[in-house]
Amino acid sequence: MTRRQLLLALGALVVVILVLENTGPFRNGQFAAMAYYAIAAGGLTVLTGLNGQLSLGHGALMAVGAYTAALMLQERDAALPLVLILLIATGVTLVVGALVGVAAARLHGPYLAGATLALAVAVPGIPLYFSETLGGEQGLRVRVPEIPTWLADAVYFVTGQDLTPTRYLAYLGWLGVIIVFVLLANLSRSRIGRIWQAVRDDEVAAELAGINLGRARVLAFVVSAGCAGLAGGLLALSARIAAPSGFTLTLSLLLLSAVVLGGLGSLVGALVGAALLTFLPQVVTGVGEDLGLTDVQAAQLAPLIYGLVTVLVVLLAPAGLAGGLRKLTQWRRST
Amino acid sequence: MKRWSKAAALVLAAAVTAACGAGGRPDDAKPGSTVGITDTTIKIGAHFPLTGVAAPGYSEIPSGHKAYYDYVNAHGGVNGRKIEFVVRDDAYNPTTTSQVTNELVLNDEIFAMVGGLGTPTHGAVVDFLNDAKVPDLFVSSGSLQWGDYPKDKPFTFGWQPDYEIEGKIIGDWVKKNKPDAKIGLFLQDDDFGRDGEKGARRYLDDQIVAVAKYSPGNTDVAPQMAQLQAAGVDMVLGFNVPSYTALSQLVSLRLGFKPTWFYSNVGSDPTLVGALLARFSEGAVTDGASLLDGVMTTEYIPGVDAPDDPWLKLWQKVWSEHGADGDLTNYRVYGMSQAYTFVQALQAAGPNPTREGIVAAVEKAGKTFEGPGNAPFRFTGESHLGISGMAVVEIQNGVGEAKTPVLVTDIGDAPIKEDDSAAKDSPPANGIPNVKAVE
Repeated sequence: MTRRQLLLALGALVVVILVLENTGPFRNGQFAAMAYYAIAAGGLTVLTGLNGQLSLGHGALMAVGAYTAALMLQERDAALPLVLILLIATGVTLVVGALVGVAAARLHGPYLAGATLALAVAVPGIPLYFSETLGGEQGLRVRVPEIPTWLADAVYFVTGQDLTPTRYLAYLGWLGVIIVFVLLANLSRSRIGRIWQAVRDDEVAAELAGINLGRARVLAFVVSAGCAGLAGGLLALSARIAAPSGFTLTLSLLLLSAVVLGGLGSLVGALVGAALLTFLPQVVTGVGEDLGLTDVQAAQLAPLIYGLVTVLVVLLAPAGLAGGLRKLTQWRRST
Repeated sequence: MKRWSKAAALVLAAAVTAACGAGGRPDDAKPGSTVGITDTTIKIGAHFPLTGVAAPGYSEIPSGHKAYYDYVNAHGGVNGRKIEFVVRDDAYNPTTTSQVTNELVLNDEIFAMVGGLGTPTHGAVVDFLNDAKVPDLFVSSGSLQWGDYPKDKPFTFGWQPDYEIEGKIIGDWVKKNKPDAKIGLFLQDDDFGRDGEKGARRYLDDQIVAVAKYSPGNTDVAPQMAQLQAAGVDMVLGFNVPSYTALSQLVSLRLGFKPTWFYSNVGSDPTLVGALLARFSEGAVTDGASLLDGVMTTEYIPGVDAPDDPWLKLWQKVWSEHGADGDLTNYRVYGMSQAYTFVQALQAAGPNPTREGIVAAVEKAGKTFEGPGNAPFRFTGESHLGISGMAVVEIQNGVGEAKTPVLVTDIGDAPIKEDDSAAKDSPPANGIPNVKAVE
């Protein structure tokens, strides 16, 4: 790990503390949501941007993480510490990701999209089939465990504010974002990241250079699935439920659109995309209401604007918002 | 350069931690929460599916709420306070329900949730609302969980008759009137189907020959219909939503399966089912409503098929004065009827309502609220379940013809009794309830 990344991570932590301590519980909740979208989008952007594999099944992988966490959080006094539960959710999804990845490694482009699409369609059906253990359509209710006393006291000592449950989840989420992003950034700069890019850019050349294509693809998929699992666990905590209707194909497509909007392959882009996913609907609906639209019209405005933004970004900044911004600064510097 | 920036970061981090130091924990206890209430306004809210698959029909309920609150506000509000109703779209996705409920409670700072819709969706937020001590009044779902064990969820109240008593009343009627019928159940695979089956089995256990379940979202019900047909079923009891009423009708037409149909109240709105039939059949079925002739269902509030009912006259007046675009529909009537009950609850909570106070008031006076419901509410400290009964009706030309008086019961082995008393309630002349404040 380079010193620069460590510093960036520390700086990010300070920013996170400042932001979360100075916003109300509602914004805290939104930041918690942004965190899980960011983690999932970060994993996806590495898979798609760096390794060139298109996955339409990340929503389903999030479901695996969410249900794993939910199963362990049925009682308020969970047997395991929350961090361990999230790690287990990540681990289980990693294993599922490895299985899918092995199949996926043999496929390309549209075929891979098709296979992962099948995953996205099939996985929400599993809880319906095993409705005794997985709660069927109504899903599994998640009880957020009590905040550990030592942590609550420590936070109060430092900040002078009581640690609310939403803020606790937001901290947990953003800690996850920082750790995951540092790991992903390191990974993509390392030999492995270069191998992934080599596979993406030219398979034949990569193979000639002695790269095992299948292994590289499976590894990328596994890493990406792990991110989705952690994100799913955090989502279950924030939403307080894991239900099939929360993990439809729409979620997978939203994640993909967030990655495209932010900029493929860019972690900053993933963050931007996650912010759009979280804040845009609420802001647009608010504006719609202020303009005097009815509730139904205001609610329909959000997907419309989201679609328009996507079209505009693809037309005007094909490299995504993060890429477009980078280009803009480069252009200004050069003139 | 690098060392410098590292030092700066450390200093900054230290400054952040130091700047926010704290003294002892302040301790303030208030007698009751008045969040969302000012001297002139009271803000309430709810989550409804305004977009997505569940929006047709359900998205009309909040417009009924709004119209009635506007009507009450135009007549001076409740104790001088105007009611503001904030609606948030959850697209029937529980993850979104969580987010918008956060927004309603933490950002909009509503006094109470009124009429939040859906079993899986509301299930995601019911613990949060109770932990935050936000009154969670009159959930738009007939699941038992909103009211059968109030100690778990002291702030949550149901409103419509729960699915178990509906199952009991349907079961009892079938047992008495079709004792030889071979019964098949067509169930939504969640609380709705489960609670309904529990109630129906209390009377029909020996008559039920087949049970077919569907998962919402899977629009192919041919296997289920074929299963019921193969079992020789001649009467189907459906605990399903409107779109599955339409689907089951279309599929059984195709299979030549012609049982007597008995749909629960939720799935039987003739107008909506008729429109869905036309859409799903891509125009092949033009007069969808007539396809439902002879279909049995239940009714617990007067609907648009009874335009001469005094309640309907009131709703029609409210809708023409304060409604949005479009005609009065059963979903809007449902919303207005719920809104009427909320106004009663607010009046019962007295001139200075608190969150705790309104809950106590509904527990104490809820049983005596006279409203559009055909049967009285069951609200007490021991039960937060809503309307206690319904009548069995047969649909002819889109109109429900009563086959029984109002039948009243409760969950468990409570007997079923005829009780028309609440059905004779008529609205006050000015259309606004007048409930005395609970001491």
